[in-house]
Amino acid sequence: MQNIEEYKGVFVFAQQVDNKVSGIAYELLGKAKDLAEPLNAQVTAVLIGSDVKGLCDKLAEYGADRVIVVDDPELKEYRTEPYAHALASVINEYKPEIMLVGATAIGRDLGPTVSARVATGLTADCTVLNIGDFPLQPIPGKEDEQKHNQLLMTRPAFGGNTIATIACPNNRPQMATVRPGVMQKIDPVKGAKAEIIEYNPGFTPNNKYVEIKEVVKKVSDIKDIMDAKILVSGGRGVGSPENFKILEELADAIGGQVSCSRAVVDSGWKPKEMQVGQTGKTVRPNVYFAIGISGAIQHVAGMEESDIIIAINKDEDAPIFDVAEYGVVGDLNKVVPELTKQILAAKEAKGA
Amino acid sequence: MKVIVCIKQVPDTKGGVKFNPDGTLDRGAMLAIMNPDDKAGLEAALRLKDQYGAEVTVLTMGLPKADAVLREALAMGADKAILVTDRVLGGADTWATSSTIAGALRNLEYDLIITGRQAIDGDTAQVGPQIAEHLNIPVISYAQEIKIDGDKVIVKRQYDDRYHMLEVKMPCLITALSELNDPRYMTPGGIFDAVAADITTWGRADLKDVDDANLGLAGSPTKIAKASDKVRKGAGEKVVPDTPEDAVKYIIGKLDEKHVI
Repeated sequence: MQNIEEYKGVFVFAQQVDNKVSGIAYELLGKAKDLAEPLNAQVTAVLIGSDVKGLCDKLAEYGADRVIVVDDPELKEYRTEPYAHALASVINEYKPEIMLVGATAIGRDLGPTVSARVATGLTADCTVLNIGDFPLQPIPGKEDEQKHNQLLMTRPAFGGNTIATIACPNNRPQMATVRPGVMQKIDPVKGAKAEIIEYNPGFTPNNKYVEIKEVVKKVSDIKDIMDAKILVSGGRGVGSPENFKILEELADAIGGQVSCSRAVVDSGWKPKEMQVGQTGKTVRPNVYFAIGISGAIQHVAGMEESDIIIAINKDEDAPIFDVAEYGVVGDLNKVVPELTKQILAAKEAKGA
Repeated sequence: MKVIVCIKQVPDTKGGVKFNPDGTLDRGAMLAIMNPDDKAGLEAALRLKDQYGAEVTVLTMGLPKADAVLREALAMGADKAILVTDRVLGGADTWATSSTIAGALRNLEYDLIITGRQAIDGDTAQVGPQIAEHLNIPVISYAQEIKIDGDKVIVKRQYDDRYHMLEVKMPCLITALSELNDPRYMTPGGIFDAVAADITTWGRADLKDVDDANLGLAGSPTKIAKASDKVRKGAGEKVVPDTPEDAVKYIIGKLDEKHVI
């Protein structure tokens, strides 16, 4: 049986790919700092890879007090087994109270394997994390059984239709995978330094080591929609891949980027990396234009945290109007080009 | 070659989501279906049957009524079906579910275990990898293509900006994406036979090498503190302008008000 009192500190799996830290690692560090405060705990980044020590300073700038580096040639390209061995060994050796992993393709593969290996619970795809009590309210007569300083993990389920808050009161670490694009990174503190610990549990290939025969990378020059301040997003209502031109012109005029709904990706009009929603990316820009998007619940789950949502749709009853601050019922083919024209005119007037 | 496919009966959330007047989910009105990723996993297994003569067993854990998805799988072409059902297994989280299914799988011979990547009710994608961990076999998640080469399996695995061609010696566990294939339909003869087919039913006592402490609600490390149907943020303004110019005037006004332009 675990002595859960031994488990201290908030740990973050600092995902890197090709020796470049993934954005999710910084987001998790930002959240870890929030969680560490009421616990009066340290924030530790766990960096796993080959020849990755150079990345420690960046992690320090984004909030890591300490970095545990597992550096080994076996860890060059992500594979479940050596990575699971690395992270599980770190957990067993350093005993974190909380272990956060990004809900990326890598994290959603690594997290379950590691949680099963260290025999703890794992809550998938969290969108909110807090420190609080479990149960939330004390049970009358059993007040002393309520546990404090627990990680409360909130996640959507049923395709975003329900929401559950989950705790892991009797096992450590409390593990969660966290949706990319939801947590806020801190402004980097230039020159910040972290304590660096090098740790290598040893890697001996066994039956679980999968051999990588080939790695094929897709080359893309599309900027990440998760970084955009303004998104001009199109749905099936845009009508054709060619017609996305009017959205691109609006995006150029207003300084934004184009994104899209799942229907657009399924029709082959736009690549998957531009997709917003449950099976795409979660975005929270300052302004989200939903143009010709009906607003299926799976789409809304990926964009409802945007500061301002402006919907343009000819269907007055489209569910997108239920989440939009400003809804315009109208023909996007007329409204969007006119909007672009007026924005350009306004910019010119200001510049003059 | 023996292939086991783990499947789950789920409420249909894609398109078929129904709401009560108060905005909560109307679960009773939703159809129970075979989870789509699992169905793709089953199709992949049936193709191995077509190609290599693999024997395909389907296994599910659930309420007694979950035998419906097993019969559907038999009607599609699976050879054997096992239902794991017991009151003490209810309320399981992914740890307890994977412990249960691993306990059932220990009774069986297999070269390959296929699960769906994730179920559309929980969306966790955790049970497949956790089963592999309990059985101490390798896992390859997000399979897009599956090929067999002697005692090895070759899988195309997709993530983010790249894919990997991976090779591993069997036994291993693969999680399938619904993008993997288009599942076949049940055949009329298959449906006829499936209705009458024997389904093996296992309870707690049939699980091998599993501690009671790892089963059901009590054996679940994660506990639900609160669950509710999602309350959507309320609708804002909706205008129906007479002309595109009026529409644009309205939008520009709002963008200006919010200092976007």
